[in-house]
Amino acid sequence: MKRMMIVDDSTVIRRRIERTHGLDNYVVVGSASDGLQAVEVARQRTPDLITIDLTMPNMDGIDAIPILAEVCPGARILVVSALADKATAIRALSRGAHGFLCKPFTDDELRDALHELVSD
Amino acid sequence: MKSETLSQNLDQEAIEVFIDSLAHFYRQIGVDEAQIGVPYLLDSNKTIISDFTGIIGVSGKRKGCVYYTCPKAMLSYILLAMGEKEVSSSYLCDLVGEIANTIAGNARKAFGSDFMISVPVVVQGKPERIQLPESTRSVVIPAKWKFYESIIVVALE
Repeated sequence: MKRMMIVDDSTVIRRRIERTHGLDNYVVVGSASDGLQAVEVARQRTPDLITIDLTMPNMDGIDAIPILAEVCPGARILVVSALADKATAIRALSRGAHGFLCKPFTDDELRDALHELVSD
Repeated sequence: MKSETLSQNLDQEAIEVFIDSLAHFYRQIGVDEAQIGVPYLLDSNKTIISDFTGIIGVSGKRKGCVYYTCPKAMLSYILLAMGEKEVSSSYLCDLVGEIANTIAGNARKAFGSDFMISVPVVVQGKPERIQLPESTRSVVIPAKWKFYESIIVVALE
């Protein structure tokens, strides 16, 4: 069972990710609504997989990604963001993310992105 | 008096970016029956506000704001279409902000990362005012669903 953490300032999106069909091999061990909170939760719960938004208050995803990568060195990080430009995706990947999924996403797209990330 | 056109206020490409972004959003969440209407110019000093509004400030290469405003019934339907079982004012506020953020964020595919967007400000009911750029008129992009209409207002210098 993969231990998953969901980071997004939208409760609706966090709940949407959590109930995505076909994620039977994943258990949500924590969630956070900004980057600062994400770092704290990650320290306590040591997830294997983190989905993270980029546009968030307090600490955004771009700043949180390298800290999360340091706190949980084995975790795979999937960015789930509406920021659809290539430069942002490249920046997120260069800071330690392993994949990028653009919002709005379907269940199939999210499931495929997560499966691809953990099977790499 | 010379009549103003849409393209004098926002270039055609920019209008299409937001139309595509709005249509893509409705398609992806499975609200295929929402019909994107013909964009039009908003009268100066006017705002159109529905029950819930998500406002995104824009800075960088473009300046101004983009807001999405939606009637409660339509927003509730979108929430249910996304698989949510619980419809509360708190979730509707959350969702309207997320939609505004998604549509503005997707526009960066065309505008690039210099199109910088804020976290959403969410308003239920009528806000005291929305600060729109004075040098340009806003473009309204409507989307109809059943008897309801949501609107994206793009006000960019």
